This record gives sequence, C-alpha cells and structure tokens, in this order.
Amino acid sequence: MVIQNGKTDIKIKAESKNLNFYYGTHHALKDINLKIIDKSVTALIGPSGCGKTTFLRCFNRMHDLYVGNKYDGSLLLYPENINIISSSIDPIEVRMRIGMVFQKPNPFPKSIFENVAYGLRVRGVNRRSQLEDKVEESLRKAALWDEVKDRLHGLAFNLSGGQLQRLCIARALANDPEILLFDEPTSALDPIATAKVEELVTELKNTVTIIIVTHNMQQAGRVSDHTAFMYMGELIEFDRTEKIFTTPGKKLTEEYITGRFG
Amino acid sequence: MKSLGYKRSTTQYIREWCIELFLLASASAAIFVTLAIVFILISESIPFFKEVSILIFLSDTQWTPLFANPRYGILPLLMGTLVTTGVALSLAIPVGTISAIYLSEYAPARLRETVKPILELLAAVPTVVYGYFALLFVTPLLQKFFPSLPGFNMLSAGLVMGVMIIPYISSLSEDAMRAVPMHMREGAYAMGSTKFQTAINVVMPGALSGITAAYILGISRAIGETMVVAIAAGMQPNFTINPAESAATITAFIVQVSLGDLPHDSIGYQSIFAAGSVLLVITFSFNILGFLVKKKFRQRY
Repeated sequence: MVIQNGKTDIKIKAESKNLNFYYGTHHALKDINLKIIDKSVTALIGPSGCGKTTFLRCFNRMHDLYVGNKYDGSLLLYPENINIISSSIDPIEVRMRIGMVFQKPNPFPKSIFENVAYGLRVRGVNRRSQLEDKVEESLRKAALWDEVKDRLHGLAFNLSGGQLQRLCIARALANDPEILLFDEPTSALDPIATAKVEELVTELKNTVTIIIVTHNMQQAGRVSDHTAFMYMGELIEFDRTEKIFTTPGKKLTEEYITGRFG
Repeated sequence: MKSLGYKRSTTQYIREWCIELFLLASASAAIFVTLAIVFILISESIPFFKEVSILIFLSDTQWTPLFANPRYGILPLLMGTLVTTGVALSLAIPVGTISAIYLSEYAPARLRETVKPILELLAAVPTVVYGYFALLFVTPLLQKFFPSLPGFNMLSAGLVMGVMIIPYISSLSEDAMRAVPMHMREGAYAMGSTKFQTAINVVMPGALSGITAAYILGISRAIGETMVVAIAAGMQPNFTINPAESAATITAFIVQVSLGDLPHDSIGYQSIFAAGSVLLVITFSFNILGFLVKKKFRQRY
C-alpha cells in the first residue's frame, strides 16, 4: 500500500487495524492501529509489560504455540492485503515470510552451517551448492563470515554470545524474509557485540522491513526511523524517531523518554 | 584466638561432625556394596578359570557344564542374551521414541498427564507375569502365524521384554525432550518449521544426551533381565542367531544353576560366577558408553 505524505510516497508493508490480543482473560493489546513502513526500522518502546513484545509476536503468530491465546481485529500484510492473524491463514506460511531474532540467542544444536541452512532445508532446498552459496551470503550479510568460515562445520554452541546472535540473524536472513522481527536482540550482549548488531540492523533496512522491540532508548534513537511508544497495552504515540525523542506529542511519551517512569 | 563475640559450643561442633560422618557413611554404602559384588564375582571365578582357560571360555561354542562331558564355551549363552536383547530393542526403541515424541510435542497437557502414569505402570508389572504372558499368550499367538515356532523361543521372550522396557525408554526420553527449552522450539517454529520438523531437527538433537541415557538404561535392563527369558526362551544353551529358536541366556543359566542342587565347590557351580562376570563386563561397558555419549553431547543452551 502506498500513502501520500507531502512530496514523497511512503510504502506501507504491514498495518494493524484495531488489533486486540488476549492471554486467556488478560487483555494484553488494546485496539492497536499502526502502520509499518516498508524498508525502514520501526522501534517499539515502552515500560515492561506494556505489550510491545506481545505485539511483535503477533506478526509471526508465535502466540499460536500456546493454548488460550486469542487475536482479534486485523494485521494486514501488503501488497497482498491479507490478514495474517486470521485463523484461516496457516501460521507456518506467515513465518515463511516473516523472520524473527529472539532476545536470547537460540541456535539449534547443530553445526554453524546447518543452523544457517536450516530454513532452506525446511523449505525443501537440498542441493549442496545452493545451500553453500546461500549460507555464505547470509553469513556475510550478518558480518560473521570472516569469523566462522574456517569452522562452518563446528558446533554452533562454541561461538560467543554476540557471534551467536549474529548467527541467529544470518539464520533468519537466509530465508529472505520480507519483515524481520527483533525482540530485544541485544539485551543479553556486551556493548561491543551490541554495537555490531545495531550496525547490522541499520545496514539491513535497505533490503528488509525491520521491527525492533527495545528497552534501551538510546538504541531506539540510534537504529530506528520510526518509533512507537506503548503503555499498558495501548499505542500511545507513533511518529518519526527524531520527533518522538525531541518533541513528543503526548505528555506520557515525554515522561517516559525523559526517564520519569518505566 | 580473638573472640568474634559469638562462640559456638563444643556440642555444636560435635553434632555437625556426626552429621557429616553419617552422610559420608550413607554415600559410601552404595559404593561399598558395588565393590563387594565385583570382589565376590572375581574371587569366585578364579577357581573356575584355574580349570578352564579363558581362551576356551571365550571361544568354545558349546556350554554343557552340567553334562558328564562338560564344555565351557560362553558364546551360546552370550548369543542368547544378545539375540533376546536385540529383539527387545528393535521393538522398544522405535515404539518408545515415537511415543516420547508424541507425548512431549503433540499430546495436549491433560492427555500427557493421563497417559504417562499408565505407561509407567507397565514398568511396575512383576517380570514373572511378563514371563508367563510371553509363554502362554504371545507364543501361541505367534504360532498361529508361524506354526513351526517352538514353544520356547527367543522371539516371544524378546518381544515381551521389549514391551517391558518401553516405559523406561519413552518416559526418560520424554523427560529429556521436555527439558529442551521452549526458546529453542520457538526458534525452529519462527523459521517456518512444522511440528514434526521441530521435533526431529531441533528437539531430538537437543535431548540427545538424555535419549541416549534412556536407550542405555533400556539395553542394560534387557541384558540383565532374567525371569522373562528363563520362562519363555527355554533353558537349553543354543549357539544361534535365529530368534525363532529356543536358547538360554546368561541370566537364565545362572538362575537354573543357583536353583539346582549342585555342591557349592563344584566347577559347575563356580561357572555361574564366570558367567556373571561376563554379564557385569557387558553392562558396565554400556554404562561407560552411556557416560561418554552423555558427556560428548551434553548441550549448553
């Protein structure tokens, strides 16, 4: 979908319309209306328990793994304009197009090579040359190739925490996702590893739409183009990141940004 | 020494020391008993090996220690043990693993909570019941399909033994798979995996050390199992790999001799200690193997 915004056209990749979500009886997301802009980084910020991770996990239907969860409203994926939280849509098909990087690096108990090749194998690719090309390409995109090219067949667990997180990014990139979800990807990493992941996120936005949940406001400021501030399951404010951090429209946003609560 | 203002009484020191001693003694008891068993087995086998050379013991294909013209080759008994164990495992490993995958990854919580205790109940049935179940139910059933099957045979004993060890394998494997952290499964699902792909590619490799431990325990149970094979597989040592024949296992022979009225200093009686040592070596090797595999594949999540 394309909307007019002054002189430039802005392409929308996904849009939530009156999205509600329930963990059993707990109403965790309340009428979220948000547009995710194509090939840009959208940061979700807010205090713990505000629903930002819950919102992120709607995009790849992670909530379907647990019983008692319920979606309501719509989460549209463009250009097809399909509601990906509709029960008639197979969550596996959604996850084929929308990748995710988790808070804690969660490599599979396999070699580095097989970790990156995993998504391709799931998609039925088994030709050795094709796998090798894609694994190298993805590891290069994740800035990990030079560090691991000599031990591709060693167990992934032997990498450092920061390397593991970049491996998880490479693993997600190998599937050519249209949207990549990051759930506090640096909260378990040291400052140097964090800087590398942030740099990566900035580079990747040229090819993929990124949504990132973060606790760290400096991080949101550094990597994102747009920021959504959430509080108690509601979307309080959504705007360009400079605007949110310099002249927020709502008092609540300003109080959170300036560290008066959260 | 300078006082810190609080002084512990001598009684407190003595009490602490007694508790430590008691804990140490309890912990040592199990080790002591194990060592005692090994000692008895070895010391009682020495007189046997003075009469029979180890080479003959390990290479002769006849085991007739109770005959007028005795032969002491362990191979027929060893073969009986390996064949019945093989039959048991070829049933128990696939069935046990598949039910573990189902219970851990597919079954709703309530079903799992119901089925698991029932499955574990299989392990509580006395083995003598399994023995007669094999002899009086499974063998006649098999004979309907294979009329030439003898009344005592390793096939039905092995199959029933397999049923007996399914709960060990499924229950322990299921515990191991459920211990694989959820964030690893989420990682697999997020890549677009189906439930089955997640179970096979991520959960099982993640639980490999636990699953291997379950297999090893099952193997050790099958090798050491006595009642089922003594009742249903026959008591005649028979050097064969054909499970449709009758044969004695090492354990069945030990039972047979220890229940008989052989004088305790006869070589026939001593032969059970030699046979027992072989059994110990086998199960001990499997435990070491299990330990090594566990160490090699222990995962850091």
